[in-house]
Formats: sequence, structure tokens, C-alpha cells
Amino acid sequence: MTPAFLIFFITGTLIVACSILVVAMRNPVHSALFLLLTFLCVAILFVMKGAEFVGAVQVLVYAGGIMVLFLFVVMLINVKMLPDEKVLSAFWKGGFGVGVALFVIFLTIVRPGVYHAPVANADAALKSVVTPTGKHRRHHNPDGSIYRTRLVRRETPGNSEAVAMALYNDYLVPFEIASLFLLVAMVGAIVIGKRVLGAYEEETNPDFILEKVETEKEVKEAMSA
Amino acid sequence: MPDVPPTTEAYLLLSGTMFAIGLVGVIIRRNMITVLMCIELMLNAVNINLVAFSHLLGSLEGHVFAIFVITVAAGEAAVGLAIIIQLYRLQSTINVDDARELNG
Repeated sequence: MTPAFLIFFITGTLIVACSILVVAMRNPVHSALFLLLTFLCVAILFVMKGAEFVGAVQVLVYAGGIMVLFLFVVMLINVKMLPDEKVLSAFWKGGFGVGVALFVIFLTIVRPGVYHAPVANADAALKSVVTPTGKHRRHHNPDGSIYRTRLVRRETPGNSEAVAMALYNDYLVPFEIASLFLLVAMVGAIVIGKRVLGAYEEETNPDFILEKVETEKEVKEAMSA
Repeated sequence: MPDVPPTTEAYLLLSGTMFAIGLVGVIIRRNMITVLMCIELMLNAVNINLVAFSHLLGSLEGHVFAIFVITVAAGEAAVGLAIIIQLYRLQSTINVDDARELNG
């Protein structure tokens, strides 16, 4: 048993246990904290597979951003009014059946030895940036003709640089669409979550006070007439 | 190059387990916030798959798509939580079964 496998085993056990606890906990605050632990363990797995940048994004965005959002909402909602879970109802058992069936399907698909071994230089490929140099090399065919191949420069600065080059060269349009998506999501969240002008705001609103005074004046005139 | 012990298959099994647990949570829980958390769990399980295959194939596409999945998860969490807050203001409940009228 190698140290890498030991780390994987411990993290994997933690992930499965914390995922089950996320589903099982009644209080959403406890669920959120176990979800946080799950995300951190998944980040460890990412780093073990050579995905340092994705691991860092996982910690920053998931553990730092999304979990804080969840905890904010949990604090806004009255915990005393939790819905009663229909434990051991027929629906509940059906849900478990669907989960177990899906897991069995995964087990039948993923058996040891289904996938080939990683390509020879997988770790280096995830860290390297390939840039064309603009120069060509001439090759001579046996029949005397000449063909050219582009010369590329291969550097291995690290995983973050390699992901950045892929993101800004090959996936530039999806990247920009993702920024548009985030803008739309932000505007949508603000519009949906905006509070309708409530009772307190209405009473302190100048228009409301003026209207109230005029209504009282009309009522007095009607009474005296 | 032989696959060293935390193999791709081990990663896939772990992510499959996580995905199944998340799906069970989405189906059986009545608390809307927990349902949203279980969806995040499922998205994260997919990310494990993407990263494992990226390492298997030695290509960076998996990392890029994992980042896009994280982006989508962030937007989904923001809009979903806004909907939950608005529902709680209107109906004072976060029970999934109570949210059956679409007219607010």
C-alpha cells in the first residue's frame, strides 16, 4: 500500500461518510458544514490527480463562496419551521431504490481494468504549454519532394499556466459566455431575491405619508358635510 | 506506464458513490436548502470524473470543463437560494411539497 493510496483511501472514506451525513442531517447548518468538509476532501483528490488549479478553484469558489451563500440563507430562514421528513414512507424507500440501482449500474460499468493505463507523460502533459514558434522544419521525402512541419516550443511552467493557455486559446468563446452567464445569474438572483416594498418602508415613504394626510382630510370633509 | 494504486477506476467508483448519495438526497429530502446542497454534491462528483479522465488521457480539456461546471454551480446556487428566500417570504415554508403553486 503506497502512501498515495493511503491518502486516497482516507479522503475517499471521509467523502463518502460526509456525503451521507449531508443527506442524513436534519439541521441544514450541520448539512452545510459536512458539505464543506466534502468539498475540501475533493480538492485533495484533485491535487492528487495533477489538477492543482481546479483544486484551488474548488477551495476558493465552493468552500469560500458557495458555502458562505448557503450559510447566509440558512441563517435567514427560521430553523424552527423545518419541514417534517417523511421517514420510512413508500416514497422514501423508492428514493433509496433509485440510488442503489444507479450505484449498481455504475458498478457494472466500472470494473478494474476497463480503462487503459494513463498515457506515458500524463503528469507532464497537464503542466506543459505548447506554443508555435512560427518556424518550420523541412523534411525530404524519399522521392525528392519536400514537406514542412511547424516547430513548436514545449515548456512546463505548471498546471495553472497550462489551464490558462487552454482557457484563453481554445476555449475563449465558452469562457466569455460563462462570464455572460454569471452576469445573468447575478441579475436574476437580485431581481428574484429583492424584497417587495414592505410595510415599514411604505410607512416611511414620503408619497405614502402625503397620501395618508389627504385621505384623512377627505374623510374629515365627508364627516362635516 | 502502469496505473499507480489510486487508479482511475477507484476515482470513478468514488464519484459514482457520491453521485448516487446526492441523487438519493435530492429525491428523499423535503428541505429545499438540503436538496440544493445535494445537487452541489452531484455536480462535484462529476468534477471528480472529469479530472480523473483528464489525467488518464493527459489532456487539459477535463480541467477546463471542471472549471465551467464550477461556474454553473455557482450561478445555480445563487438563483436557487434567491428563489428559496422569496418562497419563504411568501409562504413561510421551505418544504418542497408546499411549493406547488406557480402563481406565487
